[in-house]
Amino acid sequence: MSNDAPLLRAEGLTRRYAMRRGLLGRSVEVRAVDGVSLTVERGRTLGLVGESGCGKSTTGRLVLGLEAPDDGHVAFDGSPMPPPGSEPWRRLRARMQMVFQDPLGALDRRLTIGTQVREPLDIHGLGDAGTRGEKVASLLSAVGLRPDQAARYPHELSGGQRQRAVLARALATDPALLVCDEPISALDVSIQAQVMNLLVELQERLGLGMLFISHDLRAVRQVSHRIAVMYLGRIVEEGEPDAVLQAPAHPYTQALVSAIPHPGRAGTRIVLQGDPPNPADRPTGCAFHPRCAAAVARCAVDSPSLKARDDGRLVACHVAHGEVDALKRAA
Amino acid sequence: MSTLVTMRGLTVAFNGQLALRGIDLAISKGEAVGLVGESGCGKSVTWLAALGLLPGKATIGGSVTIAGEELLGAPAAKLERVRGGRIGMIFQDPASSLNPVHRVGKQIAEALALHRGIAGAAARAEAKRLFDLVGIPDAERRLDAYPHEFSGGQNQRVMIAMALAGQPELLVADEPTTALDVTIQAQILELLQALRREFGMALVLISHDLGVVAETCERVCVMYAGRIVEEAPTSRLFAHTAHPYTRGLLGALPPITGPRRRLSAIPGGVPEPWAMPPGCAFAPRCGSRMAACDAGTPAHTELAPGHGAACLRAMAPEYAEAVPA
Amino acid sequence: MLRFIGSRLLRAVITIIMVVTFAFVVLRLSGDPAQIIMGADAPPEAVDAFRTAWGLDQPVWVQYFHYFGAIFTGDLGRSMRDGRDAIVLVVERIPATLTLTLPALFIKLALGIPAGIYAALHRNSIIDRVLMIMAVAGFTVPSFVLGLLLVLVFAVQLGWLPSGGQESWRHAILPVVTLGIGGAAVLARFTRSAMLEVLGQPYIRTASAKGVSWRDVVWGHALPNAAIPTVTIVGFMVGSLIAGAVVVESVFSWPGVGRLLVVAVANRDLAVVQCVLLLVAATMVTANFTVDMLYGVLDPRLRSGARKAGAH
Repeated sequence: MSNDAPLLRAEGLTRRYAMRRGLLGRSVEVRAVDGVSLTVERGRTLGLVGESGCGKSTTGRLVLGLEAPDDGHVAFDGSPMPPPGSEPWRRLRARMQMVFQDPLGALDRRLTIGTQVREPLDIHGLGDAGTRGEKVASLLSAVGLRPDQAARYPHELSGGQRQRAVLARALATDPALLVCDEPISALDVSIQAQVMNLLVELQERLGLGMLFISHDLRAVRQVSHRIAVMYLGRIVEEGEPDAVLQAPAHPYTQALVSAIPHPGRAGTRIVLQGDPPNPADRPTGCAFHPRCAAAVARCAVDSPSLKARDDGRLVACHVAHGEVDALKRAA
Repeated sequence: MSTLVTMRGLTVAFNGQLALRGIDLAISKGEAVGLVGESGCGKSVTWLAALGLLPGKATIGGSVTIAGEELLGAPAAKLERVRGGRIGMIFQDPASSLNPVHRVGKQIAEALALHRGIAGAAARAEAKRLFDLVGIPDAERRLDAYPHEFSGGQNQRVMIAMALAGQPELLVADEPTTALDVTIQAQILELLQALRREFGMALVLISHDLGVVAETCERVCVMYAGRIVEEAPTSRLFAHTAHPYTRGLLGALPPITGPRRRLSAIPGGVPEPWAMPPGCAFAPRCGSRMAACDAGTPAHTELAPGHGAACLRAMAPEYAEAVPA
Repeated sequence: MLRFIGSRLLRAVITIIMVVTFAFVVLRLSGDPAQIIMGADAPPEAVDAFRTAWGLDQPVWVQYFHYFGAIFTGDLGRSMRDGRDAIVLVVERIPATLTLTLPALFIKLALGIPAGIYAALHRNSIIDRVLMIMAVAGFTVPSFVLGLLLVLVFAVQLGWLPSGGQESWRHAILPVVTLGIGGAAVLARFTRSAMLEVLGQPYIRTASAKGVSWRDVVWGHALPNAAIPTVTIVGFMVGSLIAGAVVVESVFSWPGVGRLLVVAVANRDLAVVQCVLLLVAATMVTANFTVDMLYGVLDPRLRSGARKAGAH
């Protein structure tokens, strides 16, 4: 366990599914994640942004080792991720946890909150019967719940309280990595703010590394130290949140930033034509080119790779790298 | 501007519990009004009650008039003419809001037959025209498709086309973009704006997202626990926020620019209908609470032309401050 | 499409084979047919002769292959009691059974479905509660209890209707009613659930918001959707037209296929039992197959096979 290695390093992750199209049963390959590499540093948050079908949830599962990638590998704390379900993999669960979108679905209806927060301690044999009770109480306080709420059932709590309970459970084993997949989308606006504050505070206090997956750019900016934008299974842009939001390099990121609704909009908004693409029907070349205002002939042929620009921004776009002569633009 | 729809003292109770506690609202012709609030505040119930779409066990009181005619308690035939013909409504989650076993062309034709008496080939032509209007490509063929063959954004366009078929004077959009991706949301909002301009149609946009509402609407009403707590022209709402709840909502939005700060989250949660505080419903969570706030529900008072709030503090002049940037 | 039909057909055939095999094995394991048919006090040589004549002394798997081989030539065996062809025996009883089950099916549909729809539309009203209590009573009371009760009241006490046999059309009334009530109760309950589920869907609210009258919402929007799950149950009822009346036929001494089955099992009349079971399996499987096809007609979502590639 070297402290130089990043907490989590994923290289070239690929995940393919076979899907049957139509009653005729022709099998089509869907690449949910296509060559994704990312790094999560200790105590820092990487925000993963994208719309439906981009593969961000699948990436989250691959990174945790819940699914084995078809290509590429994941290294946690310098060591490779064991295969899912194996004994070393199960022991590793104590060091990495996941928080999901639907807190009600993530909690067992029949068990009290206290029992569920305590369960990881029992599973991994941490502490003993006496200390576990205290740990549960301190965990509940840490997430802003009262210790007496340990006796409640999930349906007796509000959405925000449930998500806090899920967080308490996730933190029970003092994990080093927390993967949050749309943790606030199902909550009201004011509760979203509470949970975002809580996540930032917990990270500062506990030195948690976090992978924050969301479609909400504002939320991602609020909690992340670094942002990666995904489109159709690939990362198309990566960089510092403020830099990416103020001066997005990739045309898709530009559209995404421009689509954020806020009062007093200055300038016109970029409205993308067409629908988000079907992963089973991947366009040739750059996956974004059918909807891109800046697309040129090369974009339909050559798939751009994620490369660093001079200013350090990572972009996967021929145009953004200035590799295309402006005169050659397609009509 | 002439008034199209007026609500006065609208109340709704389910099993004796009040969900709406007296809504006063006026929509003028061609106006775009936003209705903002979190879950349970009653923003959808308001319009479902106005159109008589609530289940029978709901008790509705007050008055809702369209161009002078009372809607509450109106006979079914009259309500059916108003629904879709004068007031159209579109909903969240377009995929499940369309009948899965009917072709979309047929569902649009149903509205055309009901409100414009068009049938057969003429209805099909008109449906195609509506599809073109809302931006569905390959309209002629798509009329025969089923809802599950469209994407979420396209389904919402179908819903809009269906709502427009009756040529309504007011379109109520209940969280139309909440279930959609952000870039598709942008498309739909643009479409609604364009249609409004083209037809001079009034729009009520219901959302939990202040940003969405602010961009599209001229006037915003903020709802909390079954009441409108603040109502103002959009620019004024952000520049001179009066009600602490609105202030809290604005503060809860993560900023796009500027330093990262701890979000000013409103503590606690929305009170349940059966556990309403004695005075102002927001008082237990309010940072500016006074003793008088618990005495009784503050009345909605006008602070400036077009800008009203139900807050005792707001009436004190030192409270008209700008929202922290 | 072809793949869909092909897999369903294959499943149908396998089901039939499994049913027949099961019957074959159980019948032979549950007692010596020769002994039972010849009687307890028949001399052992006669029993042995009988056994040899009918091939019962050969190993089970040999008998099994013989039987299947014979099926392909159209020979489904002969009754051990009277020597007639099993298939003839069964087929000549089918009209009698249908005389009961067809009108009963009609009653189930005509009573059950409207009751279920009505109950759903007036949920939690007095009528809904009464209907549902009646429905629960209807399908929990076993058919023979119901049948005997009806006989007690209408045949014995009131003397209005005969208690058994098949002499006149009046003899059919009580058995038909007994059959029909149980099924109507099940259908009412089921239709109510299906309707309630559909009425709670967002697209019903959209239809109302469009200005569609409530009557048209129910008939044009709700019912076509509620039909989808209901068709499953109706299909099952159609599938049991031939053999769904075993108990009732016994109670009312009605000479149909069900009664034949009961008698044949008691007598270990192997060929007849197997023939009836084969017929029952075939009807049930055909009904299920038809229902599967019907789903495709009723629910367009099933026609295009795989759903569109949704979220990761």
